[in-house]
Amino acid sequence: MDAVVTVTHVDKSFNKKRILHDVNLTASSHEILGLIGPSGAGKTTIIKNIMGMEQPDGGEVTIFGKRMPNRPVLQRIGFMAQDDALYESLTGKENLKFFAQLFGVKKEQLKQRIDYTAGVVNLNQDLDKRVSNYSGGMKRRLSLAISLIQDPDLLILDEPTVGIDPELRRQIWDELRKYAQAGKSIIITTHVMEDAAECDELLMIREGHIITHGSPTSLEKEYDVDNLEQVFLKAGKSNENSNNH
Amino acid sequence: MRILTITKRIFVEMFRDKRTLALMFIAPLFILSLMYFLFQSNTNTVADIGTYNVSSSLVKTIDNKHIKIHRMDSNVSAKKTIRDKDYAGFIKKTDGHLVVTYQNADQSKTAIIKKSVQMALIKVQIKQLVAATKQSKAGLMKMQAQLRQIKKQLPATLSSRIPTASAPKNVQKPTNLKLTQHYLYGKSNSTFFTTMLPVFLGFMVFFFVFLISGISLLNERNSRTLDRLLATPVKRSEIIYGYLTGYGAVAIIQTAVIVLFCIYVLGISILGSIWVVLLICFALAMVTLSMGLFVSTFAASEFQMVQFIPIVVIPQIFFSGLIPVANMAGWLQVIAHIMPLYYGASALTDVIQKQASFSAIVPQFTAILAFLVAFIALNMIGMRKYRKV
Repeated sequence: MDAVVTVTHVDKSFNKKRILHDVNLTASSHEILGLIGPSGAGKTTIIKNIMGMEQPDGGEVTIFGKRMPNRPVLQRIGFMAQDDALYESLTGKENLKFFAQLFGVKKEQLKQRIDYTAGVVNLNQDLDKRVSNYSGGMKRRLSLAISLIQDPDLLILDEPTVGIDPELRRQIWDELRKYAQAGKSIIITTHVMEDAAECDELLMIREGHIITHGSPTSLEKEYDVDNLEQVFLKAGKSNENSNNH
Repeated sequence: MRILTITKRIFVEMFRDKRTLALMFIAPLFILSLMYFLFQSNTNTVADIGTYNVSSSLVKTIDNKHIKIHRMDSNVSAKKTIRDKDYAGFIKKTDGHLVVTYQNADQSKTAIIKKSVQMALIKVQIKQLVAATKQSKAGLMKMQAQLRQIKKQLPATLSSRIPTASAPKNVQKPTNLKLTQHYLYGKSNSTFFTTMLPVFLGFMVFFFVFLISGISLLNERNSRTLDRLLATPVKRSEIIYGYLTGYGAVAIIQTAVIVLFCIYVLGISILGSIWVVLLICFALAMVTLSMGLFVSTFAASEFQMVQFIPIVVIPQIFFSGLIPVANMAGWLQVIAHIMPLYYGASALTDVIQKQASFSAIVPQFTAILAFLVAFIALNMIGMRKYRKV
């Protein structure tokens, strides 16, 4: 277990409004780290600061030992944004190929990578359709396939399971588990508690603060409740109290 | 390599968007043809004028193919007649005064009438002068004849002392001057359209490339694909160059189509090298592209992009040579020199109409390249908004 991503004392404000307060986290290889919290809690802002799309006001982010923002490091990161950023007039295959080429995937491996990633998300049948004809779930799956295209060492997935049916969801989690076992590091954000239960390590976020962290089972034990939703509520309350004092 | 990947993607997207494709290639041809016919008809403007109490000989001299004369039988008010019958002017003679009233709603018609009336007056004066000269010549001849008569009647001794007054042989005959006109550039039938073609050509390229490139990058921002793109190790410059290559190629084809259309369909002669024309258009298109890309940074939607047309595009037309820049006020000339289209149109005019070679337009070309470099640099800075490295 090596630390892949370390975020230390990161603060971020937009228009004088503080979005992130002293965020610290570590994502390691062989591990799935989940950021959970309601929408607007600052999950996507944390992701953007990690990716180097935003510069933190204070603190620092390092990935694979390199301080972010750093362009070459992006080669090793598979990223799936919250909104499906796809080229609608291109087919699914053309989208995959476009990103594969940007990542410099070799010509010989191109077909194999496209077939493999499309297979992970069950899109093989629809690869030749234009994305404008895709359903919301299909677009989500294509986004996920794109994030896997260059066989990255670190996966950062912003709300990957929205609009995906339970069967495929299971399949995707099994796949992510496989990557973690192979030594990759995975960071996902979610507001769904079922997804949170799948993670190895959880960070609960509320209004830009990390209110608690730990593995799902240890958190349930710590707060003496039998599900993660209760953990979130209890942790939120105690955090509020400690803030007030 | 990544540049070409982006270029290729732009081609595929462009080709699938048939309507935009049509806009790029058919709209400029449509507008140029329209202008061609509109400015053609401008050369056979006919001004209607009413006359009252003007001698028919004067009316005849005023009359030409640009004038249509309507004689009035009764003494009517000039203003009222112009209003009622929509004449461009009214000529009335009162007590040796020729009074011309212009409608002046269309200045070109006013100019035609002014010119015709002045020409007619000059002709009439010349005629009178000629008649007067003829009269005095006849008088002279008569006097000489009488002199000869007197001489004959005088005694021989006296007559030998009087020098023979021969008839002045070299009386100034009104010489018949023949007028031959030569045109250095263009032909006698050059219309406003032929003169303005280089400007229009530059503007067409400028306008369509500006709009389409700007909106395409805007789309990429709004659909978040730009964020997605910047989450790959692509360099910001590679995105800009990819766009420039993709739309630059489209612009080259567009210019070639427009130029060939002008030569072979509209029959307009390009005196200089077509290759230099294409080169200038291409450079202009690249500047426009980089300008469109940059301006799109400040637009949040397609609608806001269209709002840049009156601010960025329209002023360019004014300084493109449609109105001669040399006659402008000093500060306006300064503005002209910061407009890329000014250099583009002036270079195109030189090549198309004055047969300038490439070396003659190097200054304008350099200015265009300078704009290009400046806008590319601005774009790279603008992209920083989306990724900090």
